[in-house]
Amino acid sequence: MAPSSRNPPLFLRRSSYRQRRRRDAARLLPVVGLFLMLMPVLWAPQDTVRRDTAPDGIYLFVVWALLIAFAMLISRGLNTADEGDDPAATADPGPGR
Amino acid sequence: MPFNILVLSCLAYVIFLFGVAWAAERRADRGRLGWLQSPLIYTLSLSIYCTAWTFYGAVGYAARSGLEFLTIYLGPTIVFIGWWWVLRKLVRIGRQQRVTSIADLISSRFGKSNLLGVIVTVIAVVAATPYIALQLQSVTLSFSVFASPTDDGFAPPGTEATAVWVAGGLALFTILFGTRNLDAKEQHHGIVTAIAVEAVVKLIALIAVGVFVVWGMADGPADMIARISASDVADWKLQPGRWTGLLFAAGAAVICLPRMFQVMVVENADERHLATASWAFPLYLFAMSLFIVPIAVMGLERLPATANPDMFVLTLPLAEGQGALAMLAFLGGFSSATSMVIVESIALATMVSNHVVMPVWLRLRPAKAVSGDVRRLVLLSRRMSIGVVLGLGYAYYRMSGGSTALAAIGLIAFVGVAQFLPAMIFGIFWRGATRIGAALGMTVGFVVWAYTLFLPSFGPGAVIPALVFVQGPFGIDWLRPQALFGVATMDPLLHALFWSMVLNTAAFLTGSLFTFPGPVERMQGAAFVRVFDTPSGSPRGWERGLADPEDLLVMSQRIMGDDDALVFFEAEAKGQGKAGYLPDPTPEFMARLERRLAGSVGAATAHAMMSQLAGRATVTVEDLMAVASESAQIMEYSARLESQQEEVTRTARALREANEKLMQLSIQKDAFLSQISHELRTPMTSIRAFSEILTEGDLPPEMVTNYGRIIHDEAKRLTRLLDDLLDLSVLENGTVQLNLGLANLSQMIDRALASASHTKPERSFVIHRDLPMENIFIRTDADRLVQVFINLISNARKYCDSDMPELRISVRQRGGRVTVDFADNGSGIPKASQALIFEKFARLTDQTRAGGAGLGLAICREVMANLGGTITYLPGQGGAAFRVAVPLRLERKTD
Repeated sequence: MAPSSRNPPLFLRRSSYRQRRRRDAARLLPVVGLFLMLMPVLWAPQDTVRRDTAPDGIYLFVVWALLIAFAMLISRGLNTADEGDDPAATADPGPGR
Repeated sequence: MPFNILVLSCLAYVIFLFGVAWAAERRADRGRLGWLQSPLIYTLSLSIYCTAWTFYGAVGYAARSGLEFLTIYLGPTIVFIGWWWVLRKLVRIGRQQRVTSIADLISSRFGKSNLLGVIVTVIAVVAATPYIALQLQSVTLSFSVFASPTDDGFAPPGTEATAVWVAGGLALFTILFGTRNLDAKEQHHGIVTAIAVEAVVKLIALIAVGVFVVWGMADGPADMIARISASDVADWKLQPGRWTGLLFAAGAAVICLPRMFQVMVVENADERHLATASWAFPLYLFAMSLFIVPIAVMGLERLPATANPDMFVLTLPLAEGQGALAMLAFLGGFSSATSMVIVESIALATMVSNHVVMPVWLRLRPAKAVSGDVRRLVLLSRRMSIGVVLGLGYAYYRMSGGSTALAAIGLIAFVGVAQFLPAMIFGIFWRGATRIGAALGMTVGFVVWAYTLFLPSFGPGAVIPALVFVQGPFGIDWLRPQALFGVATMDPLLHALFWSMVLNTAAFLTGSLFTFPGPVERMQGAAFVRVFDTPSGSPRGWERGLADPEDLLVMSQRIMGDDDALVFFEAEAKGQGKAGYLPDPTPEFMARLERRLAGSVGAATAHAMMSQLAGRATVTVEDLMAVASESAQIMEYSARLESQQEEVTRTARALREANEKLMQLSIQKDAFLSQISHELRTPMTSIRAFSEILTEGDLPPEMVTNYGRIIHDEAKRLTRLLDDLLDLSVLENGTVQLNLGLANLSQMIDRALASASHTKPERSFVIHRDLPMENIFIRTDADRLVQVFINLISNARKYCDSDMPELRISVRQRGGRVTVDFADNGSGIPKASQALIFEKFARLTDQTRAGGAGLGLAICREVMANLGGTITYLPGQGGAAFRVAVPLRLERKTD
């Protein structure tokens, strides 16, 4: 982080707080996606004789669609704040200052 | 469909694409970028990921292995929806460092190392060959499937000949497309737009076939699901290792593939486009994948078992008599293959020319960097690289026999480019990653990949003898290509992926941990890892006025072209407020020019060429060290100078002080002389006056007596003064002879009191003494010490202005010293005068001049100095108080 003469505020304004959680969500989404896509490994369709291509395929496509939808929702909000990567720059001074 | 019509339609399609690219470039040249730089175009250009492998191969893959084909699209989906982690940083770095290729990125990160650039280029070219072969194979297959002999004898050539024609045509097309000119930045608006059009074509084609299959051949989704469940691929034989491994490989490939890097990072016009692409690109992949399984299932159901599943997309509509749909599918497949080949070979050609050809050429003929026609050389090397890349692809196609499943070929390339991943990811997140580590890791990974996957892909016995597969090289069992370290049960692809990545990462980390990065490397490492913390801009600067602007212009014209260079220089000159074409070579101008040139020939080459002119040709670490040691010497020298100067200053100060002291002494001497003459004159005057009166005679006897006594008194006073002066001079010169002996302090004070009682005998003093304490024997010169005591006591008698005068004499023994305090109860000595009283002729008041010459305390001070003691004025005792301190045992000076 860039050295700053002032300490960044400990608590943020509501909008900044939401912005940070949005970034957390953006970081979390691929992890969730990976987990869901590895689920079939746990179901072990190779050991069953069930005809699971169709249901598992539908599951994968539904997960895929949901991931895309969430990625779209998250990226919309991140787009505008893309430039401010430095927390000192985006951090709100807060009402107390 | 007749072959010649097929060829004609292909040509027409290519010309259409060419027109699109040309129009887009014209728009870009006029500065009307507009929608050319929209997130939509960016996302569509990313669809370059979906090649003929996706268009034809995915169906074949699904027909063979069920849902496993999805990993190839789910992996990139995870990477893209996780753009905040890696892609965002990559794109930011790419824009900030003006990266021209993945080789440029890795070489820049590790100190602009050309070695790494070469390694990456070699790996990328070798890994691309199967991938390009895949495209050739798919186009050739589609031709052979689609074309039918015509009546007029224009029969389709054999597959071999078709492949040659396809390869040659693609090479020509790419050269025309991609290397018509050397772009200012390594961005190709025309090509990107053409690729976006192709992306739309292949998406529409695949969806059209899918829709036809689901709603035309089957009865909608429900029926389709039933057919899937009834088909050969109904039971999904998921292999956990392959599922996970392929997700990883595809995710790695989408970052590491040279063409993906080209469109994603190099051609990126706006970082915000990435946010859109983060969901739009997965959406594209989703749409491309949606109908793959239905098409595969329907193909398995309807087509004969001998039909190649890789061609189902084409053969299904054909078998159903849908000629137009088949034509669309054919063009879709053609689009997929051509767009991939174009971008891949442009990306590779850029790498080859920037990291192999240019450095070699610069090294061979450094002088030509300025005068030679670099522009033509770069273009030529790129064109030749395109030819070589396609030639290699064709060679792979021929050697592998052209019958392997498309997906299997593509995966070989994926694992190959995944070897960049450790160097790249650690490079942008870990400052400790070093050049040696990266070179080691990539080399090891590449060798393992080549040995376990690439070379065996030609078939046993083709490159690696069949015996080696069974027994290992030289009979070393644990080195068998598909069973390294005895791991024989793994799927060969997974085996290669696993071992190449593990050994690559291990070599990389080991190399990084045990080597020390160079200065440039550390600087670049910090710039890459902390890319979001630093404002954009190159840290290094050019020095002012080192380069001749005319030379710069000549060089720039060679690279950028005459017009572009002149426009750029004129604008720069205008910006500096100058007329004409030659701006001053300010650091800012030089930096902008380098950036501009870097877009054409790569950062390392541009820097090297600028250095030729700016006189910083080869700044090696040794040079830096030499400079450092030189400056260290200079610093040492200046430090020495500084200390010498300090010494001189000190001496001068000492001299000045000595001079001041001498001046003071001279003044003191003058004052002393005038004082002494005054002191001598006063008694002499009265003696002369009274003796004159006496010589006149005729005086009453009592007056004679009186005058005689006055003369006697004055003569005594004069004598005492002279005695004192003599005494003082003896004492000051330190030539006094001390008569050392043991004496009792109490007795000495008794003597002093007795002697002092003669002065002002009319005043009665109350003396306070502490007799037990006084009972000390001191080894000193008793007479001298008594002299000091007498002086102090008579002073008190003389000057104490109290009505009831008291004198307190207190003795204290401390350590080896004895202090004797004489304190009276008078008004004391004013603070301002306290410093003066020990000076010669220092008398505070004239009203009580009782015969003293003002030498008493001066003598006391000298006596005490000779006795090894001190005499000081004690303030704050309620009157005048003096402290005499003497050593208990005075030893004779041993001189």
